[in-house]
Amino acid sequence: MNIRQREHGDVKILDLQGKITIGVGDVAVRDAVQTALAAGSKKILLNMEGVTTIDSAGVGELVSAYTTVTNRDGVLKLVNLPSKVTDILQITQLITVFEIYDDEDEAVESFS
Amino acid sequence: MEKVAPHAHLTVVSRFESIELVLAVVDDLLKQAELNGETRHWVGLAVREAIANAVKHGSREEEERIRVEATVEDGEVIVRVRDKGPGFDPDELSDPLAPENLLRPSGRGIFYMRKLMDDVEFRFDDDRGTEVVLRKQISSEEDFARTEEDTG
Repeated sequence: MNIRQREHGDVKILDLQGKITIGVGDVAVRDAVQTALAAGSKKILLNMEGVTTIDSAGVGELVSAYTTVTNRDGVLKLVNLPSKVTDILQITQLITVFEIYDDEDEAVESFS
Repeated sequence: MEKVAPHAHLTVVSRFESIELVLAVVDDLLKQAELNGETRHWVGLAVREAIANAVKHGSREEEERIRVEATVEDGEVIVRVRDKGPGFDPDELSDPLAPENLLRPSGRGIFYMRKLMDDVEFRFDDDRGTEVVLRKQISSEEDFARTEEDTG
């Protein structure tokens, strides 16, 4: 799992690349979100375009990231979900929990 | 010459790092059975969850081993994962779709296995440990590769 961080205005965008799976990408996502929060970011957008596989641990990390950010009065959203990630969130009805966008500009705009 | 059904046995150390090794073998086996990338992905994810569970809950001592057996025969993928864990009551698992569980960070692995496969069976034995048997019918046309890209 590689994570690249960039900013668009006051929105922190994390580009996730690779697998979000147990013992590998799950910890990386947690660390990246914690780092963004520690740096004062309240608007976090996870760009999932490069995610190749996500398992239940990875889904758990997304949920944890969502609740952690929300509990700190921040907002976490997702953009560019590959179909397999959409399917896996659909199965556990988490697709209704996250705010999800197909277009990055639209996602960034939604924070304002 | 009679065609032999793809079959693999492997024993791996009970660590999360072993998951990719098991998946590489299982994926190769499913390719030999000419299953397409989509079907291989979902079977692989179910196997990933089974191995992760075995690593998390199946070790009574360090350097424990996990045994995996995979085959494609008579229109069915069967993957057996055996560990030394004491087992659990599958009926006691919480429902990850219940509103109070929706935002829990864990508790979805077996639910995914059951959704992705046709049948998931747990067997518990005091001496042999826990075995999970994953089954998926592949008789449907949509499971098979139609192009070279599908098999890649």
